[in-house]
Amino acid sequence: MVPHNADLICDISQTLPIPLEAHFSCRAGEVLAVVGPSGGGKTTLLRMIAGLSLPQRGHIHCGDRLWFDAKQSISLTPQQRHIGYMPQHFGLFPHLTALDNVISGLDHVPKELRKQRALDWLERVNLHGLPDRLPAQLSGGQRQRVALARALAREPAILLLDEPFSAVDRETRERLYIELARLKQQLSIPVVMVTHDIHEALLLADKMILISQGQMLQQGKPFEVLSHPNNEAVARQMGLRNIFDGQVVSQDIERNMTQFTLGDELIVSDSAPALTVGQSIRWVIPNQGIRFNAISSGRLCKSLNKLEVLIESVLVMGESSRVIASVVGIGSIINADVPTHLVHKLALAPGVQTTIALKSDQIHILSAQSELG
Amino acid sequence: MDWQALWLSVKLSCFTVVLLIPLAIIVGRALAYRQFKGKSWLEALIMVPLVLPPTVIGYYLLVGLGNQSMIGQWVEQLTGQQLVFHFSGLVIASIIVNIPFAVQPIQRAFETIPIDIRDAAACCGMSRLRIFFRIELPMIWPGVLTAVVLCFSHVLGEFGVVLMLGGNIAGETKTISIAIYDSVQAFDFDSAGMMSLVLLLFAVSALALTTSMSKRLGGHRGATQR
Repeated sequence: MVPHNADLICDISQTLPIPLEAHFSCRAGEVLAVVGPSGGGKTTLLRMIAGLSLPQRGHIHCGDRLWFDAKQSISLTPQQRHIGYMPQHFGLFPHLTALDNVISGLDHVPKELRKQRALDWLERVNLHGLPDRLPAQLSGGQRQRVALARALAREPAILLLDEPFSAVDRETRERLYIELARLKQQLSIPVVMVTHDIHEALLLADKMILISQGQMLQQGKPFEVLSHPNNEAVARQMGLRNIFDGQVVSQDIERNMTQFTLGDELIVSDSAPALTVGQSIRWVIPNQGIRFNAISSGRLCKSLNKLEVLIESVLVMGESSRVIASVVGIGSIINADVPTHLVHKLALAPGVQTTIALKSDQIHILSAQSELG
Repeated sequence: MDWQALWLSVKLSCFTVVLLIPLAIIVGRALAYRQFKGKSWLEALIMVPLVLPPTVIGYYLLVGLGNQSMIGQWVEQLTGQQLVFHFSGLVIASIIVNIPFAVQPIQRAFETIPIDIRDAAACCGMSRLRIFFRIELPMIWPGVLTAVVLCFSHVLGEFGVVLMLGGNIAGETKTISIAIYDSVQAFDFDSAGMMSLVLLLFAVSALALTTSMSKRLGGHRGATQR
């Protein structure tokens, strides 16, 4: 019997061969992204959930089934856990056709039904007409779909995806994002997806955990983690580049506001964590909190947190451009990704002095420990 | 041309390959995937026949399997037949001498199977036995084929160990290599030349066949392997 609608609860740790600590849950129907740099322990974590390697301590539950418990020396094999697993390079069996690869995942189905079931799954991942091809005769995207069909054909208790989009080209990746997003709505199992790409997590995941050097830095909804990183290490892992020093000037707890300085400028944040006046802080603002609007149109006139900046460089990268500017009189460097058409419209160019506004609701004051990070 | 010696050599090669290859698959797989204490020592021990002179191996086998040894006495009591100067002793010697030629290519073949594939197979619900027969074995065929050809050819050409352990008994232990030596000693160069040519042609054909089949078998998998 294949269990469904079962939540995954994982509470494991180990010190050797690489340190790893993870405590999280993933509800049925939810996509959890495990994000972090290469070598951070993401794949190890996924293999532990799959039962392919064993942690030293802790437990893993899927619904009411205990998969692993170090204290009770319980550890179900990958076969017993009944999971769908898509490794980073898909793990297709090179000597078997696409159809036979999918059939390999159908051991739980009566033999006479397997072929039709496999064909149905290939159809479901838009891979009709290619069942007799060997993996080497398929494109990267097609191979990814065969691997996904094989993992799903097993009607797994959970689906584990290891860097599912890393081995395909950008165009295929974009298409596969849409397909996975659509598939997500149909699945009623926990999906754990390992990725090093923050944007994939933002695009596809309901929840994310950020992992680095085997340690969980933060977990939560992707946009929450992005806009409210726990500390500077998380902010940097999330790709936030605009992290600054400041000094608290005042706080209005009722209106949930904090005022602090950036050099001589006064900055307002729509948050009021427990701080004292005069305290040194580190604060961060994500890219979407920086506005390069037309000053001539008067849109910035009523904005808070207006800063005069001098543009130092504009690097065009296709549809987006990286604008690097220094705050006049202070010297702090602002990095912003601006749509290229807006760069042209606002005539942003090296040497140009302009005004930017920092959205007060996007400014996040990092916790005190971040000063160490 | 000593057809009897040629037949004996082919028979010895066949026995060696049939008995050694399954053993090499088990040992090669364990060495490729398992970590255990003394692994380096075991790997070194397996390679010893490559570096030791055949006469030295032959000497130790003669002492170890002879009438005065425990094994020799035990086998003689059990079967009424002694191991030395007998075909069965040659089979044992050939197996021992050919262990590196069998284990090495098979171990390397196992090592080339990406971990992703073995992980995926386990997560597909396949048992270990099924993973071995359905996934691993078809993927290591080039290695197995290489091991078969290397062992077969090497046994055909084996001289030192065979002479030390088996002597030169026609129809029992006189292999083609020893027949060539005998012919040269007897100044029968026509016969020696013919038998040498047969061995040469066999060696070249076997290696060409192995290379070609390895390419054909390996050709369809490259794109999914790391």
